Amino acid sequence: MTVHRVMGIETEYGISVPGHPHVNSMLTSSQIVNAYANSMYGSRRGKTRWDYDEETPLRDARGFDLTRAEADPAQLTDEDTGLANVILTNGARLYVDHAHPEYSSPEITNPRDAVIWDKAGERIMARAVEFVRQIPGLQPVNLYKNNTDNKGASYGTHENYLMSRSTPFSEIVRHLTPFFVSRAVVTGSGRVGLGQNGRKHGFQLTQRADFFETEVGLETTLKRPIINTRDEPHADAEKYRRLHVIVGDANLAEVSTYLKMGTTSLVLAMLEAGALNLDLVLENPVKEMHQVSHDYTLKHLIELGSGRRLTAVQMQLEFAEQARKFVEDRWGADVDAQTLDVLTRWESVLGRLESEPMSLARELDWVAKLSILQGYRERDTLDWDDPRLHLVDLQYSDVRPDKGIAQRLQARGSLERITTDEEVIQAMTSPPTDTRAWFRGECLRRYPDHVAAASWDSVIFDIPGNDTLQRVPTMEPLKGSRDHVGALLDRSATAAELLAALNSSPR
Amino acid sequence: MPTRDTSEQHSRSRSSEAPHVEETAAASSDLAERKEALDADIDAILGDIDEVLEINAEEFVRGFVQKGGQ
Repeated sequence: MTVHRVMGIETEYGISVPGHPHVNSMLTSSQIVNAYANSMYGSRRGKTRWDYDEETPLRDARGFDLTRAEADPAQLTDEDTGLANVILTNGARLYVDHAHPEYSSPEITNPRDAVIWDKAGERIMARAVEFVRQIPGLQPVNLYKNNTDNKGASYGTHENYLMSRSTPFSEIVRHLTPFFVSRAVVTGSGRVGLGQNGRKHGFQLTQRADFFETEVGLETTLKRPIINTRDEPHADAEKYRRLHVIVGDANLAEVSTYLKMGTTSLVLAMLEAGALNLDLVLENPVKEMHQVSHDYTLKHLIELGSGRRLTAVQMQLEFAEQARKFVEDRWGADVDAQTLDVLTRWESVLGRLESEPMSLARELDWVAKLSILQGYRERDTLDWDDPRLHLVDLQYSDVRPDKGIAQRLQARGSLERITTDEEVIQAMTSPPTDTRAWFRGECLRRYPDHVAAASWDSVIFDIPGNDTLQRVPTMEPLKGSRDHVGALLDRSATAAELLAALNSSPR
Repeated sequence: MPTRDTSEQHSRSRSSEAPHVEETAAASSDLAERKEALDADIDAILGDIDEVLEINAEEFVRGFVQKGGQ
């Protein structure tokens, strides 16, 4: 594999009712989800429930299950809480998770599509904010695509990568730890404030780094680990592992998201092929993660167990060099265009991070944000503790097109786009064509009244005249694509016809 | 909107960013040109952001309180 694999991004958005800081955020998050679902689909489909049957959030990649009694209540994500939870026709899940509205993108197969359906999620949230504003009696709610309130709370943006089950988990830990610690120079969204509560003054590369406290573990809400061991593939567990990555920031810059997904997928491809020959085991990963993030001059030297010391950019260059060699060895001139583009951009970005980092203000979130903050600091002589700098940090991620600073940068051409408006708008309602998300989304669009529930690995039908619900498993992420079942759906005018066809021919 | 005295607005110091003496004249003038273009762009960007920044920064930032998530 290359940059191509089954992937997805899930984002918990910050939620706020201006002037009412202590309002019940589970309630306002539900309002957001319900307003969107009802406005788009009417009340019937808003009730299509999530199917929890295949969820095993306590399965650990190291090979054991946590008992429910031992688990923190926040880890029990499979209990139907009665909170808003809908599936969209683009194959995504929109729901309330831990007092935040969350958009889980549909399964996509390449980094560019990851950007398109991630950006579609931003626009869906912006529409939801607008819909809530139109409902009489509800207070206006704002949403932010960031990861901290700078008062001690953090909420996640998680990446998911489907990978081969046979890759030893110890190898994943050994290589991904230095990769994740160093990739902050590319993937960070920038943050004003140091420490979990942001009380120490200054700027750092990432939103999330300060919230990581251990190296490996199952938790996502407390004692967050650099390598998360949740092992819930939503697919054939004999063949696949779903690598759940929780160290990333919510990115607004399209190039940041593109490189985050593309370079991580490439590194996983090398791991799966046993082609990664780097000795970059860190002496103290958690401490280094914080220190890399805290040094926006990019001069911090990471200490390796071997005694070697190198900067995060140098470490990324070593990964990029191996990736270039890997791709040339395996594919030569037959390499696909997107893999080549990811590699070339990655090398270009790292080269400029070494020589002239501020020249990346049109590409990377943290540099775009820092250049604005430095502009304010110089123009208005502000110190890092000034509330206006904190406001710029926060408002950078506002989902409203007129208020969000990143969106304004994009609109005036100061932040590079790799997608088009047309693609993103279409992705708000249409699924990717090349994964099972197509089957899920199209069933919801074509047979809205007869889909009772759905999840990543199933669609459950309620067929008139049938006493029982009928569950169609979708355990293979690449089956259920338009190529695979498009003709079948086209032939099936009703859900009953679809089910009859499915039952008569083994898929 | 900016609340600071406008007399402070032109106090930016460029001394620390002056081109290094060892560099060739061509390279340094190229660098200076790019720096100037960047500065002009950032001024325009700040002007654009000034228009949309929430009114009371301190209160707004203080009021942004979240429950923890994943």
